[in-house]
Amino acid sequence: MARSVTPQRKAFNTAAAWAVGLLIFFPILWTILTSFKTEAQAINDPPLFFFFDWTLENYAVVQERSDYMRFLWNSIAIAGGSTLLGILVAIPAAWSMAFVPSNRTKDILLWMLSTKMLPAVGVLYPIYLIFIRLGILDTRSGLIVVLMLCNLPIIVWMLYTYFKEIPGEILEAARMDGATLKEEILYVLTPMAIPGIASTLLLNVILAWNEAFWTLNLTAAKAAPLTAFIASYSSPEGLFYAKLSAASTMAIAPILILGWFSQKQLVRGLTFGAVK
Amino acid sequence: MGRITLDKVTKSFGATEVIPPLDLTIEDGEFTVFVGPSGCGKSTLLRLIAGLEDVSSGQIRIDSKDATMVPPAKRGLAMVFQSYALYPHMSVRKNIAFPMKMAGIDEAEQNRRIEAAAKALNLTDYLERKPGQLSGGQRQRVAIGRAIVREPAAFLFDEPLSNLDAALRVGMRLEISELHERLKTTMIYVTHDQVEAMTMADKIVVLRAGHIEQVGSPLELYHTPRNLFVAGFIGSPKMNFIEGPEADKYNAHTIGIRPEHITIGTGDGPWSGVVNVSEHLGSDTFFHIHNTGLAETITVRADGEVGFRHGDRVTLTPRSDVIHRFDAQGQRIAA
Repeated sequence: MARSVTPQRKAFNTAAAWAVGLLIFFPILWTILTSFKTEAQAINDPPLFFFFDWTLENYAVVQERSDYMRFLWNSIAIAGGSTLLGILVAIPAAWSMAFVPSNRTKDILLWMLSTKMLPAVGVLYPIYLIFIRLGILDTRSGLIVVLMLCNLPIIVWMLYTYFKEIPGEILEAARMDGATLKEEILYVLTPMAIPGIASTLLLNVILAWNEAFWTLNLTAAKAAPLTAFIASYSSPEGLFYAKLSAASTMAIAPILILGWFSQKQLVRGLTFGAVK
Repeated sequence: MGRITLDKVTKSFGATEVIPPLDLTIEDGEFTVFVGPSGCGKSTLLRLIAGLEDVSSGQIRIDSKDATMVPPAKRGLAMVFQSYALYPHMSVRKNIAFPMKMAGIDEAEQNRRIEAAAKALNLTDYLERKPGQLSGGQRQRVAIGRAIVREPAAFLFDEPLSNLDAALRVGMRLEISELHERLKTTMIYVTHDQVEAMTMADKIVVLRAGHIEQVGSPLELYHTPRNLFVAGFIGSPKMNFIEGPEADKYNAHTIGIRPEHITIGTGDGPWSGVVNVSEHLGSDTFFHIHNTGLAETITVRADGEVGFRHGDRVTLTPRSDVIHRFDAQGQRIAA
């Protein structure tokens, strides 16, 4: 059904969209601006917007005090590792749920999702103890496994939705054409699902990158990723807003750039199946 | 070779039996059509032969070899789906090459067969395109091409023309018949359209609720339908059925008379009625007659253009030698 859109209405909608967009973006913008101020300017009243002495000093200090590259590498390893491991586990799971469903498939999917409703802190104690027993506290591999498990329900759900969109007849055609199960998944299913797999990968890298509960609680120094890097500047030592902002900016920059270049993929991935 | 035998094959989904024990033999080179209303099990039967569904009991033999447990990939059958089921990420060439690639046929031979199939199916100019860039008819031809190149023991068609518009459907029907003439390979074709069944088949299998109602050549089914269901299903427009005193005269519970076996006129005739609707096709004219006292509507087909109109009182003369007689159970009474 076509709705008539008057010019006034269009102008209002545009203004409203911009207002919401700016509201969401403002904290990030403010963090970036603050990172270029001196500590005195950062807490200036009234707040300073663009007219202050821009300085890179905070970045220099932050880099000098803590090794950014080490944290960055830990973030990349943990986010990338947990996502890849998750995809490897999720593809067979999603395949079987989408193409050979049982009566319980829907229940299993909902149950998996329900685990996301459990407050993470509720299982902190047992997981912490398990980590100590296994000797994997403050290791990247330990975090990779925990974050993979955290995000697995989402990965399986996303892939399941993608796979459901692939007509079963095409896979049957492959079977009739003489393809084995392996060849069917390799030559037919996976190429058709590549956009879906890509956006699933992307979203989960972002989720894992931003994950702050487990990464802060299960690491100390060796495996600490960028979330810990930021947290180390929100210390009770004093109000170092500018340095905290510089650290935050450095931590979010990589994922922000990744998100910017892949936003089309992401939006498509998240709305897939909802619209045709 | 492609002789397919079904021996007491059954299929149940949970507690629902969709195919009760069924025996059928499809001879090598035969064009067999499974026809029946939707839900009669004709597609399920085809999928059982293909191996896409497992039989619940019974045996399927292909060229006397037990194929019941053989996976679809190893049965040597090719299938054309209603939705075409082309691989959207591959070009037409790669689609057609896929079954040969799976069979490990060398590339020179692949290309030779692709070129030959493309030429036969008018696809030469489209080989590098993706399926998304083709029309419905072209997609269907690619699906057929993909089936031909692997030189299967039999072709299975699952309502291949139902997604095409009427004009294209007639054209493709002809192409598939020509293909069968040329290849002489066994073909099993599923449709709900009795016109497709009549025009293409060597042998028609009429199915209802998983049961075979009758097996025979198109003209056998037309001239000697075994029961009311087959009589009503085969032929267009549908056969007229008359019960009551008129049927009693023929010692039958029900008599059936095809629209083309009734002459319409204004003179004397055993039956009379009033024209309700007339359909003028040019080549012939269909009349739907009310108030005959025999059945709610009697349909009559007249050759060419005949000028009766709505409200005209007419007389009807059936050809007494082609009246079909059925008993109270709907079974044919032999002449």
